[in-house]
Amino acid sequence: MTVVEERPAPPAAPPPRPVNRLWALLRNSWRQLTSMRTALVLLFLLAVAAIPGSVFPQRAVNAERVTQYYQQHPDLAPVLERLGGFEVYASPWFASIYLLLFTSLIGCVVPRLIDHVRALRMAPPDAPKRMERLPQHAEDLTRTGAPDEVAKSLAAGLRRRRFRTKVREREDGVWTVSAEKGFLKETGNLLFHFSLLAVLIGVGFGHWYGWHANRLLVGGPDQGFCNTLTQYDDSTLGPRVHPADLPIFCLQLTDFDATFQTTGQPKTFLATVQVTQDNGAAETRKFTVNDPLRLDGASVYLLGHGYAPILKYTDRNGVSQTKVVPFLPIDAMQTSEGVAQFPDINIDPKTDKRDPNLQMGFEGRYLPTAPTDGRATSAFPAENNPMLYLTAYRGDLGLDVGTPGSVYSLDQGQIATGELKNVSGARPHALKLGDTWTLDDGTKLEFVGTREFATLSIRHDPAQGLLLVGAVVGLLGLMLSLAGHRRRVWFRVRPNADLPGSAAARGGSVVTAGGLPRTDYPGFPEEFKAVVKAAEEGTP
Amino acid sequence: MAELSNQLMAAAVLAYLFAMVCYAGEYAFGKRSRVGRAAVRPVEAKQLVGAGGPVTSEPPVADDAPIPPAKRGRGELIGMIAVGINVLAVLLHLGGLVTRGVAADRMPWGNMYEYILSTTFIASAVWIGVVLRRPAVRHLGLFASLALVVMLGAASMVAYTPVGPLVPALNSYWFVIHVSTIIIGSGIFLIGAVPAAMFLIRNGYDEGKRRFPYTLGKHVPAAVTLERLTFRLHAFAFPLFTFGALIAGPIWAEASWGRYWGWDPKEVWAFISWVVYAGYLHARATPSVKRTVATWIALLGFVTMLMNLFGVNLFFEGLHSYANAG
Repeated sequence: MTVVEERPAPPAAPPPRPVNRLWALLRNSWRQLTSMRTALVLLFLLAVAAIPGSVFPQRAVNAERVTQYYQQHPDLAPVLERLGGFEVYASPWFASIYLLLFTSLIGCVVPRLIDHVRALRMAPPDAPKRMERLPQHAEDLTRTGAPDEVAKSLAAGLRRRRFRTKVREREDGVWTVSAEKGFLKETGNLLFHFSLLAVLIGVGFGHWYGWHANRLLVGGPDQGFCNTLTQYDDSTLGPRVHPADLPIFCLQLTDFDATFQTTGQPKTFLATVQVTQDNGAAETRKFTVNDPLRLDGASVYLLGHGYAPILKYTDRNGVSQTKVVPFLPIDAMQTSEGVAQFPDINIDPKTDKRDPNLQMGFEGRYLPTAPTDGRATSAFPAENNPMLYLTAYRGDLGLDVGTPGSVYSLDQGQIATGELKNVSGARPHALKLGDTWTLDDGTKLEFVGTREFATLSIRHDPAQGLLLVGAVVGLLGLMLSLAGHRRRVWFRVRPNADLPGSAAARGGSVVTAGGLPRTDYPGFPEEFKAVVKAAEEGTP
Repeated sequence: MAELSNQLMAAAVLAYLFAMVCYAGEYAFGKRSRVGRAAVRPVEAKQLVGAGGPVTSEPPVADDAPIPPAKRGRGELIGMIAVGINVLAVLLHLGGLVTRGVAADRMPWGNMYEYILSTTFIASAVWIGVVLRRPAVRHLGLFASLALVVMLGAASMVAYTPVGPLVPALNSYWFVIHVSTIIIGSGIFLIGAVPAAMFLIRNGYDEGKRRFPYTLGKHVPAAVTLERLTFRLHAFAFPLFTFGALIAGPIWAEASWGRYWGWDPKEVWAFISWVVYAGYLHARATPSVKRTVATWIALLGFVTMLMNLFGVNLFFEGLHSYANAG
């Protein structure tokens, strides 16, 4: 990323010395890597390497779609997996491109920074001998006044145009004025590139020290949770985060308010929670989709919502149990699927033992607004006509084996082996709110009501502030570097020899001017003309 | 109001088409006046016009001769009319946008259709600004209005969406900041692609190529002018796009989805566009890279923008799925 034209000419080559081939190879490779062409190639590779991440499902974005992809393309998926196709942005090849790019960037901007600091401290160089060779020049401007006075006034005029100036006295009573402007361009350019580094470091830091977790939180005081890993449905801690480092807080959903448009599109979601932080007093806080709940060391984001039917099962001994079971929405109208499992029922009052073959499971759908035509999909996401369609299973639920299974569906293996039998027929049984369903063995299931649940994402990234500052500073630097132009202007002032008598006595001077834009700057001729005009008229 | 908006947009497209015809007319007549000057008998020139002004068969002798500034030919007049109609088209376009916004009671950039309407409006307004400041680039008008008509046509064909309320996830003031800056940036990138393409054509023409696309370069402004205009438009749009896509976007994403960057397909392609445009600015700042190569990179950047607009909206599934198309 070295801007070749910006660099001062290298000092004269040192005397030849014995060449170490390895050293030469390293040095040449380093020069190659830090060249602007290489940076361009790496930029392109980065752009191309990013493409597969938008074509193939990414595990970090949506793990379920990766599973789907495995089902749809059983042959291709393992190959892609080995190539890192499902984790493009964490893959070694993607990392190697951006690490090379940033190495190239460091190798380029650090020497440039040193050069720039040097240039900032250096006075503008003296006027070239032959001004007429410069892209812009003007000759034979006459001014009254001795050369030194004229030179000083010219310098003052340039300073008012915010040039850095240096006045020098040369032989034969000649004075020169050197002026340079536009250092902000390189300053901005360096600022931009160093901000990119800051952003990269911020991303890495956030990855190491950040954490996030998801939780489905059902309303009600009995369903609250505290910020420990066991309370989460899934969680990811950065490599440097210990579970004990998580901030202490507890959340309980007290109210959830969703409004919908007539089309069924959600209009607003508003969650009301009771928060206890650091074992302090509970406070009520509200948050919504674009406005997360900010806690000390964590933010809670509202991602979605759904319904959790409350089911009361009364077993053969007349003992009843009530469960609140969240059903997961499968479409925009909140048609939801879920399962209620009752493993600890039908306990023999004499032996105090349960019969593992008399466990009950109910699987089915919940429709917040059941359509009048009897279809099993909801017609509206709000609860206008709540209806449960359930199938009852009796037998061994398979929960005692200890293998982790989904809490949103029954163990299909148990159903396949016949350990768990459908006892309600092929058609699911419909239950309205408050209905009680009496099963074939006389046990009862009552649809008591529903509660709402919110799906939450709890996250913390300690580097976000650094990233924001880096990005904003980078943008400012970018604008400076795109808007600025570095250019130099020189004046040579000599005593006017054409006038009769001594120049000093007559007080006349002749001025030659030259200008050099150091970057592509189409407006420079006009600026130079204005500078020369002001110099000629003696007005700044 | 929604109906009025659609009618205004239809009128705007018609006006763009008409402006395009006038620009094309200037193309032909501008040529005729030169040929007329070069030709011995003016009658012959008239016959050429009667025949519809063939574009490619004339000898290129007179082409490089500078036009005397005192003589304002008929071509020039038609060019002025073209600009006038173009201004009218921009006003109609603005009217179409405003009425759509009023009809929906929100900013008119809530779905892909409205996004394209807004982006082309910005492109068009910037074009008018450029042409009013530098009449010398007016010859680009044919290609600028062609690009706009094609984009608007594509918008109504693949993305038309009736007026509707906003998806609630978009209901945030960041919606205004994030989307508007990206629209402005993209609009300028869109109009910047026109001088970029024409620079390449003109440059090829200057190098003596006379095959089809290069023949179009006959009457467009000088290659240096086109290249400089390309750079200035891109250098202006790039920081805006950076702010919209890489600062405002992540801030909103953090508040809404909990993470500032998640490699959603839209984000991936915004990143790709950003990298490619950064590559363009880099290449242009590198003396050893030819200006033609740099300009090809700018055009590649525009292709990635199109991919993000059409490809990602229509074929990929992601969090930015507000296309409502198909």
